Amino acid sequence: MPQPLNYLKETASQTAGPYVHIGLIPAMAGFDIFEKNFSNVLVTPNTQGERITLEGKVIDGSGTPLRDVLLEIWQANAVGRYNHPADRSTSAPDEEFRGWGRAGSDFESGLVTFETIKPGAIIDKTGRKNAPHIDVWIVARGINIGLNTRLYFSDQEAANAADPVLNLVEPAVRRKTLIAKRTERAGKVVYSFTINLQGPEETVFFDV
Amino acid sequence: MNVQAPALRDPRLDRPEPLTPPLGDGGFFQRDRSMHPPAHAPGYKSSVLRSPRQALLSLENSVSEITGPVFGHNDLGPLDNDLIRNYAKDGDPVGERIIVHGRVLDETGRGVPNTLVEFWQANAGGRYRHRKDTYLAPIDPNFGGCGRALTDDTGQYYFRTVKPGPYPWRNYVNSWRPAHIHFSVFGSGFAQRLITRMYFEGDPLIPVCPILTTIPDKDALERLVAPLDLNASAPFDSLAYRFDIVLRGQRSTYFENRTAGN
Repeated sequence: MPQPLNYLKETASQTAGPYVHIGLIPAMAGFDIFEKNFSNVLVTPNTQGERITLEGKVIDGSGTPLRDVLLEIWQANAVGRYNHPADRSTSAPDEEFRGWGRAGSDFESGLVTFETIKPGAIIDKTGRKNAPHIDVWIVARGINIGLNTRLYFSDQEAANAADPVLNLVEPAVRRKTLIAKRTERAGKVVYSFTINLQGPEETVFFDV
Repeated sequence: MNVQAPALRDPRLDRPEPLTPPLGDGGFFQRDRSMHPPAHAPGYKSSVLRSPRQALLSLENSVSEITGPVFGHNDLGPLDNDLIRNYAKDGDPVGERIIVHGRVLDETGRGVPNTLVEFWQANAGGRYRHRKDTYLAPIDPNFGGCGRALTDDTGQYYFRTVKPGPYPWRNYVNSWRPAHIHFSVFGSGFAQRLITRMYFEGDPLIPVCPILTTIPDKDALERLVAPLDLNASAPFDSLAYRFDIVLRGQRSTYFENRTAGN
């Protein structure tokens, strides 16, 4: 017998359940407990970059929006740098931007929104340029293990066409499920997205 | 029933030198999905309409996945890990006082330092303080039911609370959740993000729970069950339970592996 490797095993995921707000967004559960709360606003007045609103819904297999879903997003700053020591790029950090936020969907409409900035393109470790994108993580009652997807931007057509991750998606017709659509509304830039959990337009989810 | 015994017995937890694979790209170990409930698990009815049906697209980890949000003590308040006091209005909450402690580790056995752990639960009667919970057990005016902590340099966390009660839910007509505490854990990269639950040693509802039994691996299920830890209890005050959480392991990072001049 060879020596045992003895790696530990990852702890099993469990659904976030219908009451996920208590722990992660207590104000939505209906009470105020923490001095400081996390939110869906990623920017401060001093954050660098173009202000954008992300707005979307998560749709179940019957076409109904999830009204108890929680999304988290993780993204680079306006010049493509993540606020984390493992990002070794030479792009400038922005101390006014953590790059992470969380939001619960509206209990009536299912709408999820984030106030953030548009990230810059990211140079990966092999020197490839990655189109600007935002990582999205989705948990809810009925979702047994968090779902990972990405949002790209509709006005970045050339960058999207060259993006190494989008180009992995086959059949190519599914790539559009990852692209948020830019509109302007009352002077604000809004990117709209729909995450379909099932059906012919099922969103591409990643095993990251 | 075994309760986290494999993790607790692992000798590498006490090794002074962490196991460090010699080369790597900073990516996380491939997730072993046989340790997790499948997305589509018909015994847990809510999963039927909420489970993707296409295959997941496997991505080698890039900087987008090996990085993740960094939190600090500035994000927390002084009572955030004390659920007995953090919502108390005119006294202590009703219920069995308990301490919950453990370590956040990765699959190599290394502690995950300075990572955010969030937890939430029902009160001692099995009722959540949530606008959507209508169970007839009463709200406890002195119990909010949530808290958070940062792990220390060795990955250790702890908090104080009351033991949650079991409660009924609409799956079958007589489905009950075993008592549990929800955990949300970050790790160092966004690909380690995990939500799980801690259950309590000896709970007879565990083997009949429609959610827990979606986990295909018996050992993986038992690793969600925290043993009573009398040595960590506070005499004449609180019992203690120990719950270790294992996140995905990580190959060495860009930084350690960086080519000179790059």
